[in-house]
Amino acid sequence: MSGFRTRLVSLTRKEFRQLLRDRSNLAIGILLPMVLILIFGYGMSLDVKNAPVAVVLEDASPTAHEAIAGLQLSPAIAPVLLGSMHEAEALMRERKVDAIVRVPADFSRALAAGNARVQLIVHGADAGRATIIQAYVSGALAQAAVRQADRGGGSTGADALPTGRVTVEQRMWFNAANTSTWYLVPGLIVLIMTLVGAFLTALVMAREWERGTLEALFVTPVRPVEILLAKIIPYFAVGMLGLALCLLAARFLFAVPMVGSLLAVVLSSMLYLIVAVSLGLVISSVTRNQFLASQVALIATFMPSMMLSGFLFDLRNVPTAVRVIGHVLPATYFMDLIRTLFLAGDVWPLIWRNCAVLVAYAVGLLLLARAVTRKSLD
Amino acid sequence: MTDFLLRVANLCKKELLAIFKDPASRVILFVPAIMQSLVFGYAATYDLSNVPYALLDQSRTGASTELIAHLDSTGVFHRVATLRTQADIREVIDTEKALLVIQIAPNFEQQLGAGQPAAIQLILDARNSNTAGSAAGYVSAVVERYNAELRMRAGAPPAPLTVESRAWFNPNLETRWNLLPGLIAALSMLQTLLLTALSVAREREQGTFDQLLVTPMSPLEIMIGKALPPVLVGLAQSTLILLVALFWFGIPMAGSLATLYTGLVFFTVASVGIGLSISAVSANMQQAMLYTFVLLMPMMLLSGLTTPVRNMPHVLQLITMANPLRFAIELVQRVYLEGVGLSTVWHNLIPLSIIAIVTLPLAAWLFRHRLV
Repeated sequence: MSGFRTRLVSLTRKEFRQLLRDRSNLAIGILLPMVLILIFGYGMSLDVKNAPVAVVLEDASPTAHEAIAGLQLSPAIAPVLLGSMHEAEALMRERKVDAIVRVPADFSRALAAGNARVQLIVHGADAGRATIIQAYVSGALAQAAVRQADRGGGSTGADALPTGRVTVEQRMWFNAANTSTWYLVPGLIVLIMTLVGAFLTALVMAREWERGTLEALFVTPVRPVEILLAKIIPYFAVGMLGLALCLLAARFLFAVPMVGSLLAVVLSSMLYLIVAVSLGLVISSVTRNQFLASQVALIATFMPSMMLSGFLFDLRNVPTAVRVIGHVLPATYFMDLIRTLFLAGDVWPLIWRNCAVLVAYAVGLLLLARAVTRKSLD
Repeated sequence: MTDFLLRVANLCKKELLAIFKDPASRVILFVPAIMQSLVFGYAATYDLSNVPYALLDQSRTGASTELIAHLDSTGVFHRVATLRTQADIREVIDTEKALLVIQIAPNFEQQLGAGQPAAIQLILDARNSNTAGSAAGYVSAVVERYNAELRMRAGAPPAPLTVESRAWFNPNLETRWNLLPGLIAALSMLQTLLLTALSVAREREQGTFDQLLVTPMSPLEIMIGKALPPVLVGLAQSTLILLVALFWFGIPMAGSLATLYTGLVFFTVASVGIGLSISAVSANMQQAMLYTFVLLMPMMLLSGLTTPVRNMPHVLQLITMANPLRFAIELVQRVYLEGVGLSTVWHNLIPLSIIAIVTLPLAAWLFRHRLV
């Protein structure tokens, strides 16, 4: 047992030294997390604010002006008054405005008659943004119409009717202000853990395979388990450093609340880091060359954990086949876990379920890595 | 001159052989591009198709049942639980059984009958604020339809104002339509950048680069010979993704292929320039890969692929000026969806050219000065 420990300690020390010697490792361990934190916190946002919307008033009556005034109230929209449809369409083609609202010449007459129409044209190149703008513009115009109808007294007869209307009072749990930063920043932890764990490990191990230094190690008294552990420990440490940076930034830079316990966040991140590192080990043992290992790691980690883990696109709404692929990725379970811990709190049934899956992945991948590494001894 | 072309052609041939002689790297350079564009094409949707909800109907009246029937008939909302008390709400939301809970108060029908506004409570799980926002929008739309029906039944005129909405360039507002053209540039950059960065670094690590330098080839010839093969690989990958977008997803292309490929050539050359520069400053493959990655992630995130550039703060928007992907995505999306010509998107070629003009000579210079 003591032989195990001395061998492990000296091997680990060697790995640490190797890690620290090369500045490019620190770039990925420290610089990249910091850059990503700033981008995620400040740069990425799906919220629509001050979207330029062209307003063409072909009816210059006060009624029409008033109907449009509601648009100004919405923080999502910045209306720009234009003289003609021609002008508006030109701006839209140049993508200078996101939408055109056209109030036709007979608007006030039609409104009095109860059948006014307003034309809304959105730029569809960014579908998500266009949908939001559509909802805001329609909502603002509908409200303005109701206000005017109300002021018109009972003349339209609407108030005299024996029926009320249903209104919706909505409450956003866990993210009352509904800012996307709050869900993007916890997602960042998933991305960083995946990168540092899988990418760095896959690369470093593949290098040893390619150069044959791993075989050289095998002829020494060290056992494969010790080599694997010594490889894992330094990258694990780098990953934890990345986690610490993320947590500090989430707390102090972006004021993302952490409703759940810090201990649960740290423990589950450690668990996921083990999964990511093991994934890296498997990739490197299977490919055994740096070029392939880095391409596989790139394809298997970065894009999927961004596109398929529920980070951006909700897995509830994708076709079944894609949902299945998403649920094969360990990142999906960690994403669910970390977001819940940050925003919803310690929801134990959910924590146990996701942690159980991650433990299964960790054990499975480590055994696989061990099996693939041992085979090379033959 | 013929010597020049011959030497470049020979080096290109050798490089292409080095890339493609290994069957595994043949697979890795082309299969993932197709797979990823297929999977991501399906994954990319902000539309809701399946919203599990729980109902807490304390009124249990005809009106509340009718309203809920409207919700169920959309096919988007699926009731997963019927709650008895307010205390049950927390559990279904916390454990993600339901994305939202609709609570209808006991006096719902009375209020409605008395001509008053009757509120329903909507409690949403906003862990994914995007989904929550859309779901709230869907519920509001259903409620508005129900209101219109109530008015009609009561003999009131229909709503005095209707908004006629239309979308240019993407009539059904599908997220996929803007993601896939973006992927034509983004996915190919991921792999070509890595491929290029490794090409010189690997030779340096194996010592063959020094041998290359003692041949009669000039640094310029070496650089062109090293740059052309990855450019070809990048364009081939883009073509595969373009084919998936066109024929699998059937997204109509409004612009011309010539304009699209002009943009792609500029873009690929610029990315290869960056790759070669990384390659030239790295001492070994590992460094080249790590530096590539450190550049790649911010370039992807600040490209406008997943979140719009316009939403970024001013400082970051300035930084995106150095990002070739940002201009390529804008160009490809506009040519593909809006059908604009070079006269509209030519300004995107300027930053791409500048990046190429800076990085390629830099790489060539670094090749030579590394030896000394």
